[in-house]
Parts: sequence; structure tokens; C-alpha cells
Amino acid sequence: MIHIENLSKTFTLHNQGSAVIPVMSGAEFSVAPGECVALTGASGAGKSTLMRMIYGNYLAASGSIRIGETDIVTATPREILRLRRHTLGYVSQFLRVVPRVPTLDVVAEPLLATGTPSGKAREQVEALLARLNIPERLWSLSPTTFSGGEQQRVNIARGFAYPYPALLLDEPTASLDARNRETVLRLIEEAKVRGAAIIGIFHDEAARDRLCDSEVDVTAFRPERAA
Amino acid sequence: MNVSAGGNVGERLMAVGARHYGDIRASALDWITRVEIPGDRIDDRPTAFSGGMRQRLQIARNLVTGPRLVFMDEPTGGLDVSVQARLLDLLRGLVREMGLSAIIVTHDLAVVRLLADRLMVMKDGHVVETGLTDQVLDDPQHAYTQLLVSSVLQV
Repeated sequence: MIHIENLSKTFTLHNQGSAVIPVMSGAEFSVAPGECVALTGASGAGKSTLMRMIYGNYLAASGSIRIGETDIVTATPREILRLRRHTLGYVSQFLRVVPRVPTLDVVAEPLLATGTPSGKAREQVEALLARLNIPERLWSLSPTTFSGGEQQRVNIARGFAYPYPALLLDEPTASLDARNRETVLRLIEEAKVRGAAIIGIFHDEAARDRLCDSEVDVTAFRPERAA
Repeated sequence: MNVSAGGNVGERLMAVGARHYGDIRASALDWITRVEIPGDRIDDRPTAFSGGMRQRLQIARNLVTGPRLVFMDEPTGGLDVSVQARLLDLLRGLVREMGLSAIIVTHDLAVVRLLADRLMVMKDGHVVETGLTDQVLDDPQHAYTQLLVSSVLQV
């Protein structure tokens, strides 16, 4: 489902003497449907950078990232938008939403965007929010006022509302208590069972061991300092 | 300007053939409240409105006929931030439900991020960078875009 080959990344800082900073080279791995791969490496090793490149949020310098039939590295913005709508989900660490929009609508958006009728979308979203222990009295409120853990769960609900064939998860269990953590782990397991290809960053080692079929240490993709 | 707020919105409907007074007034009221102008101001003249309200009235007036394409020049400039949020949500809903296409000119990068699918950065009459909105904002390639993004004040 996801194939990454010879991927590299550099940042060019035009306003700081045009410094060119190579941050990754020769990244290579693939993820099959129903498989979960963990990205590992110390803080700053490039886990999030790699994940952002796969989502099309960072541009690659060279190489390819194929998700299904699409190569993210050469895809047009519209192709990436279509891929994000139908194929590639991303649960980031931070919730970014239009203020004042009710939680129900925030979570239903990926379903509505793919043509689910609003009544059916609402039912699915309500079930998911209930499962993630978001109290019903909060559903009609904007998540911007929620606690960190609640926002995290709204973000997860949004990422799991639509059954994406490929999923990127950045610390999905961070800031969750034991019970909610278990619910999220189950959701991820169910996604695997339905055949989703998953790439995750987990500082939670027990979660990583339980969910992931293999690990990719991104430290190996560090460009040589001398080069 | 010497026409009521409701008349301003209704005028556009009449221009595309609406003739039923009740229907026109109901649509005008619907759109006036959608842009968060209190419904009981429908018979007031825009000259009695604040700048932000006039701007919202203009938005209602332009969307009431269900256009396929709208151009908006700084649509959220000068708006109270709470109204700005409501308007962003309204525009996103219209894009999704009515298949509306919109081209927006703005200086507000937060608005760009929440509203736009694609982004074009211009300087001195030239497009210096273009692409997927979040990619251009998070990994800008051109010196000017990098300067813009790094100059945004954090709230």
C-alpha cells in the first residue's frame, strides 16, 4: 500500500544565509495492507519529518512515496487533496479546526467530504464519540475549549471516522488515560483487521509492541555529516 | 445605500428572476442571519450598520443567488474574530455542499490555512510560489514565503 524509495529531504533557509540543511537521505521501506509499522529514533531523528513528507505536508528533495497508485513526490496538489480525502488519513498531535464549529461537525467532516449523507454521518460520529468517552453534553460545543486529552480523542475520532486504506498516526495514545488508551488501541487494531496500512510514531512502547509488525529506525536515514 | 439591508440582498434575487415577495424576504432573512446580522435589522439601512456588518451584508448579498464562483478580497478583514470564525465555517460548508469555487485575496495566513485548499504567494506582480496550502505554509521554498511564514505572530 505504501512504498518509499530512496527518499531524501533538505531544508534551504533563504533568510539565514541560504543555509542548506540535509535532514534525510536514502529512506526506504514499505507497508502492506493490514500492517502497522512504527517509526522509531530519538527525538529530532526525523520521525515527524518523514511522516509529514508521506502526507505531502513537506516536499521531498528526491525519491518516491507511492501510496496506492499515487506518487506523493510528483503528485499535483489536487491529486494529493483527493488522496487525503479518500485514501490517506492523518492523526496529528494537535487539533486544528475552525473555531466555534461543534465537535460533531468537526468529526463528521471527513465523512461529509466523501459523500456520506449527513444523517448517517451523524449516527456514525455519535457512536465514535461515545466510544471515545467524549461526554454527550460536549458534542455540540467547539473542541477548542476542551482539555488536552479530550482534544486528542476528538482528533482520533476525526481520523477514524472514515475508513482510510492508509493511516498515519503521530503519538495517538499520548495524553490519554488507561481506559481511553485501550479504546484507541482497539480502534487501531480494528483498522488493521479491515486492511489499513498504518505508519505510527509511538513513544508508548507497550502500545508499539502490541500494534506494530515491524519497526523502522529513522536514524538510519540520517545523511552523512561529511557529505 | 438608500435601500434596506433586506432589499440589498433581495435585489440580487430579483435580478435572477425571483418575484415572490414572501420568498425573497425569507431568503434575505436566512442569509442575513447566516452572516450573523440580527434578523430584526433586516429593514434598517446599511448606512446605520458598522463597517463589519456592511461587509457581512455584502457577503450575504453575493452568496444569496448560489453562484458557482466567487472572488473575495479580504473577506475577513475588519471582522470581529468571532464573526470571522463563523464566516470561515460558512464558506467551507458552501464549498463542500454547493460545490462553490472561491478565489480569495488575503493577508491573514491563519485564514488561508483553515480555508484554502491551494495557495499562491505573490510578490511584485509575480507568483513566487504555489502549491497545497499546508505544504506551502509548513515547508515554504521561496525566500519571500519563508519570510512571511516566519513573521507571523503567535497567539
